[in-house]
Amino acid sequence: MKASYFPGCTLKNKATHLDIYARKCADVLGVTLEEIEEWQCCGGVFTTSKDEVATKLSSVRALKEAKAKNQPLITVCSACHNVIKQTNHAMEDTQFADKVNRYMGEDAYDGSATVYHYLEMLRDLVGFDKIKEKVVNPLTGKKIGAYYGCLLLRPNKVMQMDDPENPQIMEDFIRAIGAEPVVYAYRNECCGGYIAMEDPQSAKKKSNRVTECAQIAGAEMIVTACPLCKYNLVKNGSELPVIYFTELLAEALGVKEVSNE
Amino acid sequence: MNNKMQNLRDEIILRSGVNPSKCMACGKCSATCPAYNEMEYHPHQFVSMVKSGDIEPLLASDSLYKCLTCFACVDRCPRGVEPAKLVEAVRLAAIRQQGANHLKPDMVPDMLDDDMPQQAIVSAFRKYTK
Ligand code: SF4
Ligand code: SF4
Repeated sequence: MKASYFPGCTLKNKATHLDIYARKCADVLGVTLEEIEEWQCCGGVFTTSKDEVATKLSSVRALKEAKAKNQPLITVCSACHNVIKQTNHAMEDTQFADKVNRYMGEDAYDGSATVYHYLEMLRDLVGFDKIKEKVVNPLTGKKIGAYYGCLLLRPNKVMQMDDPENPQIMEDFIRAIGAEPVVYAYRNECCGGYIAMEDPQSAKKKSNRVTECAQIAGAEMIVTACPLCKYNLVKNGSELPVIYFTELLAEALGVKEVSNE
Repeated sequence: MNNKMQNLRDEIILRSGVNPSKCMACGKCSATCPAYNEMEYHPHQFVSMVKSGDIEPLLASDSLYKCLTCFACVDRCPRGVEPAKLVEAVRLAAIRQQGANHLKPDMVPDMLDDDMPQQAIVSAFRKYTK
C-alpha cells in the first residue's frame, strides 16, 4: 500500500527518532510512505478563526497533493495531525474553502482527502493483529503508560480518533507489541506544552501532574506521539523515561536495537 | 455598549462562529480548564463577557496568553459553546492591533534551550504574533 507522508519540521530536527522509526516500521508493515514534495511547516497550532486563511495554506497544499495522488495522508506528530485534520475539516465549508482556494492555483481543494495519524494507520489500515504477527521482539512485562495529551483526541467532533474521555488506541498498540498498558487519570489531559516558552511554571505544573499520575499507577515508561509533550515532560523532571511510540514499535519489530530503559 | 464595542463583539462572534447565547452558565468549561489558576478571566467569563460586550478587560488581560489551546472546554461543554474559539478570537483582536504582538523575535533567543523542539517556537509565533 502507498500513502502520502507529512513529517513536519520537528521530525526533521529535534525529533528525528520519531520520523526514522516511523519509516522503518512502515517498510516492515508493507506501507510505502511517499513524502509530500516540498511540504511546509503546519504552523504547530490550528487557528479556529474563520478569517485565518494564510495560516491554513501549508496544510491545504499537503492535503491537495495527497488527494491528487489518491493516497491517504499519514501524519506522525500529534500537532501536525491536529492542524492538518482540522484544516481538512475547515475546507468542507465551501465559503471558507473559496477564500483559501484563491491561493491554490488552478485546482480547487474541497476537504476530501483522508488523513490518518500513524496510530490510526496501524489500527485501521494495517491492523493490530497483523502487527502482533510481525513482532519478533515482544516487550513482554513492560508496563507502559500511554500519554495522549490533547492534540490527538480533541476536538473530538473533528479528530474522531477514539473516545476522547476513554481512549483505547494507544493501549491496544501497547498490547500489540507485547507490553502491558497502564491506564492513569491524566493520560488525556494537557501537559501545557504550548505554553512552555510563555509560562514555564505553568507548563511545569501541568506536566508534573501527568508524569506523577502515571508513576503512581505503576507505569515504567510513558509513550507519546508528540515531540512537544516529550520535551515538556522530560524537561520538567519526569522520573519515567518518555519514548516515542515509533521507537517502541521499531524495537518490537526488530528494526531497532533493544534499549536498556 | 458603545458602537465600537458593538462592532468588535459582532466581529468576534462572526470570526469564532461561537454563539454565546447558547451558554447556560454551568461553569463546566472553567472547571475542566487546566489553565484556570493562571487565568484572570476564565473560559465561562469569556463567554459571558463577550455576550454582554464587556470586551475591553479581556483584550487587556494576560488570560489571552495563558490558554493552552487544549480544547478541553470545547469537548466538555454540554451546550457545544466552544469557549476556546472565543479566547482565540479575542486574542486575535488584541494582537492584530498595530505593534501589539505578544511575542517579539528578539525575545526568543533567551527562551531557547538545546532540547526545545521547533514545534514550541512555531506554535508560540502562531499564537502570539501577527
Ligand atoms: S482551550 Fe484554553 S480555555 Fe479551553 S480548557 Fe484549554 S486552556 Fe482552558
Ligand atoms: S461549559 Fe458551556 S454552557 Fe457551561 S458555562 Fe462553559 S460555555 Fe457555558
